[in-house]
Amino acid sequence: MADAEQSSQLIILGLSLNPQVVGLWLQAALTFAILSFLIGDNPVYKFAEHLFVGISAGYGVVIVWKQAVLPLLIFKLLPQLGPKPDELADYWVLIPGLLGLMMLARFIPRYDWLSRYPIAFTVGLFMGAGIPAVVQMNLLQQAQATMKPVLGLGSIEWGLALSCLVVLVGVICTLTYFYFSRPHEGVLGVTSKIGIWFLMVAFGAGFGNTVMARMSLLIGRVEFLLYEWMPIVSVHLSKYVQ
Amino acid sequence: MIVQFFVPHAVGTQGYELLLQWARIVGAFALVLGIGSLFRTHWDKIRRRRPQYGYSAVTLLSFGLMVWAGIVYGTGEGGLGQRLTEMQNGTAFEWLFDNVQVPLDATMFSLLAFFIASAAYRTFRARNVEATLLLVTAVIVMLGRVPIGEMIYEKMPEVYEWIMQYPAVAGKRGILFGVALGSIATSLRIILGIERSHLGG
Repeated sequence: MADAEQSSQLIILGLSLNPQVVGLWLQAALTFAILSFLIGDNPVYKFAEHLFVGISAGYGVVIVWKQAVLPLLIFKLLPQLGPKPDELADYWVLIPGLLGLMMLARFIPRYDWLSRYPIAFTVGLFMGAGIPAVVQMNLLQQAQATMKPVLGLGSIEWGLALSCLVVLVGVICTLTYFYFSRPHEGVLGVTSKIGIWFLMVAFGAGFGNTVMARMSLLIGRVEFLLYEWMPIVSVHLSKYVQ
Repeated sequence: MIVQFFVPHAVGTQGYELLLQWARIVGAFALVLGIGSLFRTHWDKIRRRRPQYGYSAVTLLSFGLMVWAGIVYGTGEGGLGQRLTEMQNGTAFEWLFDNVQVPLDATMFSLLAFFIASAAYRTFRARNVEATLLLVTAVIVMLGRVPIGEMIYEKMPEVYEWIMQYPAVAGKRGILFGVALGSIATSLRIILGIERSHLGG
């Protein structure tokens, strides 16, 4: 038990520190460092900002290494290193490996044309996969959801029917606003005007949601400072006071 | 890729999944390009002792620390990572993620709350019908998500729900149709070789 407790301590400059407590102090310090931007750009904020860039880039590399490079390339070529050492090596993955290496040719100006092949492969792949998915999800399903039966089959719920009509009219009017082949005059002028109103409602809703999402993040940080970090501070302070 | 969508044969499905895995491998190398560019920019700044080059050192050191913690030290699950972790005591990667990346990320984005509120206060003016609609909707949506909204008007959450489910959906759907048609047109242009800008041509 004592050994386990000892192993969970960080020994820095002869001081025995609990990694969790160090983590809480670090979190608080970094939170204050970022919030210090509210009083203006300063070295503490800049330090935290650059730390964030480095740590996030490193995180991305580790995740790609762990979720793509190791299982899809290295363990397939050298199964003895992976979780299934009895499997046969899959040399087909040399093709994407080679395409990936060709991508790195961008670093060498003389051979940077080689990088066009992996780019063409990736773009072609996602364009091909994207067309049916976009048609199905963003066109057909959305159109189907727009044309909900207003009258229904049995009893009519007038509130729901009216709301469905609002969506139908709103989508048609919004689309007419984006129709630029004719001048927006007469009927087209009226519908495109109504379309702008619906767009404004959508933008307002998006704005309100974004503000509240940021607010909830801010509340989360304040809650952390008040309920997780402050108790640690008071414990440490009480030790020094005694 | 288009054909396999219409012909759901096992060969087509397996080929589709295989190609998606290949794309992930190629994508991993593309990340090396991005990291290489980041490294080159900051290293150049340090080498030439440009103003504030110390911050570039912070970026490179923190990047190196995270990569070391995640790849050399192990991330805690599966294969090589697990074996490396078992040899070590705990995962430094998780510790760095929880105590450095998460608070930095959350606080950085929470800062936007102040700037959005400030920008809104300075620019939101009910000058015409459109601006009034934007303003009123934003206020209702903000109030509808917090208890004070219900205290002001008890049906505020219902009004918020209705706006999000019907008129806001109508506006967003109109934009979505345009985006979908545009992306299909661009995809076809790329597949048919009319559009070549992605290849630098």
